[in-house]
Amino acid sequence: MAETAKTKKEIIPKKHPMPTQDAGERIKNFNEVALGYTIKTAVTEAERCIQCKKSPCLSGCPVEVDIPAFIKLMAEKDFAGAIKKIKEKNALPAICGRVCPQESQCERYCTLGKKHEPVAIGRLERFCADWELEHGVTLPEVAPSNKLKVAIVGSGPAGLTCAADLAKLGYEVTIFEALHVPGGVLMYGIPEFRLPKKVVQTEIDNVRKLGVDIQVDSVVGKLVTVDELLNEGFEAVFIGTGAGLPYFMNIPGENLCGVYSANEFLTRVNLMKAYLFPEYDTPIRIGRKVAVVGGGNVAMDSARTALRLGAEESWIVYRRSKEEMPARIEEVEHAEEEGVKFAFLTSPTQIFGNEQGWVERMECLCYELGEPDESGRRRPVPIPGSEYIMEVDTVVMAIGQGPNPLVPRTTTGLVVTKKGNIVADLKTGATSKPGVYAGGDIVTGAATVILAMGAGRVAANAIHQYLAGRNT
Amino acid sequence: MFKILEKEVLSPVIKQMEIKAPRVAKKCQAGQFVILRLHERGERIPLTIADFDRNKGTITIVFQEVGKTTRELGKMKTGDQILDFVGPLGLPSHIEKFGNVICIGGGVGIAPIFPIARALRDTGNNVTGIIGARTKELLFWEEKMRAACSELLVTTDDGSYVRKGFVTDVMKEVIEDKGKDNIALILAIGPQPMMRVVCNETREYGIKTIVSLNSLMVDGTGMCGCCRVTVGGQTKFVCVDGPEFDGHLVDFAELAKRSTIYLEKEREALDYHKCMCGGAS
Repeated sequence: MAETAKTKKEIIPKKHPMPTQDAGERIKNFNEVALGYTIKTAVTEAERCIQCKKSPCLSGCPVEVDIPAFIKLMAEKDFAGAIKKIKEKNALPAICGRVCPQESQCERYCTLGKKHEPVAIGRLERFCADWELEHGVTLPEVAPSNKLKVAIVGSGPAGLTCAADLAKLGYEVTIFEALHVPGGVLMYGIPEFRLPKKVVQTEIDNVRKLGVDIQVDSVVGKLVTVDELLNEGFEAVFIGTGAGLPYFMNIPGENLCGVYSANEFLTRVNLMKAYLFPEYDTPIRIGRKVAVVGGGNVAMDSARTALRLGAEESWIVYRRSKEEMPARIEEVEHAEEEGVKFAFLTSPTQIFGNEQGWVERMECLCYELGEPDESGRRRPVPIPGSEYIMEVDTVVMAIGQGPNPLVPRTTTGLVVTKKGNIVADLKTGATSKPGVYAGGDIVTGAATVILAMGAGRVAANAIHQYLAGRNT
Repeated sequence: MFKILEKEVLSPVIKQMEIKAPRVAKKCQAGQFVILRLHERGERIPLTIADFDRNKGTITIVFQEVGKTTRELGKMKTGDQILDFVGPLGLPSHIEKFGNVICIGGGVGIAPIFPIARALRDTGNNVTGIIGARTKELLFWEEKMRAACSELLVTTDDGSYVRKGFVTDVMKEVIEDKGKDNIALILAIGPQPMMRVVCNETREYGIKTIVSLNSLMVDGTGMCGCCRVTVGGQTKFVCVDGPEFDGHLVDFAELAKRSTIYLEKEREALDYHKCMCGGAS
């Protein structure tokens, strides 16, 4: 009866807004923009959930977090219970609560969302994770060691999830990471102001506490191959090497000084902390007027980073219109608040430099939208003769990333697609090579953190079945 | 952590270090490079492998102190530890029996040409080594190179040792002497202007020439594209497609410009570092 009474309570039509650092202030620092709910806001937001019978939100979660259950616990102020419930399915909630595109996942299906704004599921997840980080993390149970060794290549979201799941099942897991810190895209790609590195570090420490050994500075494909790992006592290998190969447009002038791939731009700033130069050794050169080409999260991150590095103007140059941008809504809104400018239906055709080889200006072509293409978005069609010059001195190419070929090229018997992605069964992560599994961006092409985590989980289960089956 | 087992001062600005890195030493081949980072606040810098000892599990690096990191590394002593040492990166040199081969090392480029010359000679090639430096005190590894090559020619720009002349002068003499048709391949490693001049000369002779490029890098695994260079009209990543390329196809002008991107910042870092060192007393 209590339930019924609750649903009849007047519904607050809008999500509680996320408190943020003031836009004018935050573009002068790299601190986190979204500050997180207070206990009071979190509980009131949790109470917005009507605990509907069908729970359609569940179908939108790639790792199947029991959303209504954890929100119910939150409404009852049982935050310890709520985070435990989340962690049954999600090993990295502090990260997902911050970077998942909830509007196209769980919140998209929320019953409340049909008439009003959906429940702020992502913000609630983040609240629980942060609450736990503050109050001390309870580690999940780890099964006694079964002495079976599994190697994980790459310590991004896919690798970390796969490693955590296998460690909990009793496997001896070693992660091989090419860079000097684990975390993959969470460390080199997503900026501090959106995902503080301390949060990532804590989540990684938690994975380590499960007994997972992380070996940094280990480039699989160079230092050791997947075949060698299998010969050296690893019973199975999971490849989660991500989408680490930056795409360029192949237009004239792209190798001028002042043209960056988004990967380089963000890696310098996030991983190498170039924003703290010269205290940190890695430099970055930012101009007065920056153009970021692309419309995804990476483009938003780059444009917002440029402002924080001191650019006077930061432009997003995108060949479709605002509606087609693949970036999370919140990132676009934050970018707008911070003063990022947008040139929609525009794409560069060439970049011009001065005598010293530095970018001076960029020629752009205007587009209009035609019929929808394979992606369902309306296809941009160039308008002949619409070229114009944009005065810029820094260009960041954020048009996507492909699979890094290092591992596929050095592994025998591994089938890859024309684009170089590893072919793997999406239900198991199994590749063409026995004992070798793959998941995340290396299989799907550049996607989201949560999809990579989902793939890591799927592969962990499949590896468990494969090895359990083989050893009985 | 990676321990410095031995340090040798080759010249006031050129240092040699033997680093304990068994896994890298086990796998590396001539022509490959490593990336190192000295400490938590350090940058990642690429250095070509100058020598390796699989039994001892060591990698030898030789570097010239130019920027903040190499100067800092130069101050480190035997027994000190380097935080990160990643490799072996890049593609190995293509080693096969070509016949008569010339291996040219200019300046600090003498170090990385050494393992390549040795591998070529071990494969049955007749290797003519040419090493040169601006002046006598910048020349090193003469005996080591002599042992690795079938014959070795030495020169200095200022004539302070053996003879006066650039490595390209010596190279031209060797080509004229042996006949251009009798030289199967030339490998040249050194400062960019040197490699560029070598390639301009050998293009005239029609002799295939390989150069090892030292562009700016961050990750060294093909992830950032900082090291991109135009080769034969196509963009290549030095870290994964190289570091060795057909020198006749390399756009050296673009490479030179891209190498200057952080010159100003490097000076800034050096000044900041000096201030910090000075202030600490």
